[in-house]
Amino acid sequence: MVTVNGTKVTPGLTVADYLRQAGFDVSRVAVEKNGEIVPRAAYGDTLIEQDDEIEVVRFVGGG
Amino acid sequence: MLVELNGRQTAFPEGARLRDAVALRCHEMSGWGGATPPPDAPVVVLNGWQTDEDGPLRHGDSVVVVPRGEFPAREELASMLRARNAPELADRLAAARVGIAGLGGIGSHVAVFLARAGVGHLHLVDFDVVEPTNLNRQAYRTCHIGMPKAEALRRELAEIQPWADVCIDIVKVTEACVRTLFAGDAIVCEAFDHARSKAMLVNTLLEQCPDKVIVAASGMAGIGSCNAVTTRKAARRLYICGDGVTEGGPGQSLMAPRVAVCAGHQANMILRLIAGESEA
Repeated sequence: MVTVNGTKVTPGLTVADYLRQAGFDVSRVAVEKNGEIVPRAAYGDTLIEQDDEIEVVRFVGGG
Repeated sequence: MLVELNGRQTAFPEGARLRDAVALRCHEMSGWGGATPPPDAPVVVLNGWQTDEDGPLRHGDSVVVVPRGEFPAREELASMLRARNAPELADRLAAARVGIAGLGGIGSHVAVFLARAGVGHLHLVDFDVVEPTNLNRQAYRTCHIGMPKAEALRRELAEIQPWADVCIDIVKVTEACVRTLFAGDAIVCEAFDHARSKAMLVNTLLEQCPDKVIVAASGMAGIGSCNAVTTRKAARRLYICGDGVTEGGPGQSLMAPRVAVCAGHQANMILRLIAGESEA
């Protein structure tokens, strides 16, 4: 299993697939894999693999 | 022994007391150090603490003496900051440059906090002008209405910390200009209003600028508990402040206290980064 935002998910999905399945609006997130940014252009090619730590930061409006 | 008096190394004989340092700066001491100092006694700061009590001076002490109501000279103000922050932190703060993207409720307060704390170089970026509706939570006053926020804030900062170096850009931040615009800022404070703009700035900075650290905000609307507002380290170069969920919108206004709490989190994290701390 892989940890995404502290919860376990099955490995093998791409970042793009995961974001779609989990219902995130891709224009309002930043995704980190093992502490480093996943470039937005690479969401479709980046696999979520065993032992990865994935963090999806979701931005909400207000400032 | 040597004592730093108003920013200058000054020799005192052994056995000298604080009142001797005060007398050197204020020939009329107006009763400072007496049992009941009169209202016009000078302001005396010993090693970062304001005091009314006389006592022995020690080698290496820092003393700042300013006649009450008089504006301190530049080296006196710098000396007060140094004494308050510890010299090594004061040097780091004075050399630091922070970019602030968006000068609304978050950005205007972050700028004020950082200027007060002694950050030497601030880069203020916003395309917008001050509107009457901004006064509910942003660090502006009625006299600024209609003025570009960057210019209004520069004027406010000049009243608070006149020797901070403040540069402004009155531009709309787009993905194409992010890299060039913030090229000189080691730390960038994300303080936009819209979620998409926040995500655009954070992603672009992290993708294109390998050394930059970003302190961003997400979720600070309403009057929910301020205890839900936190700072967390989301990645090696990204810190997020806020409650993460409370979005501003109809029926959920952005209110001054919670916005300022979030701004305080961001400003404090920025000070920690300048001091060399990397944990949230």
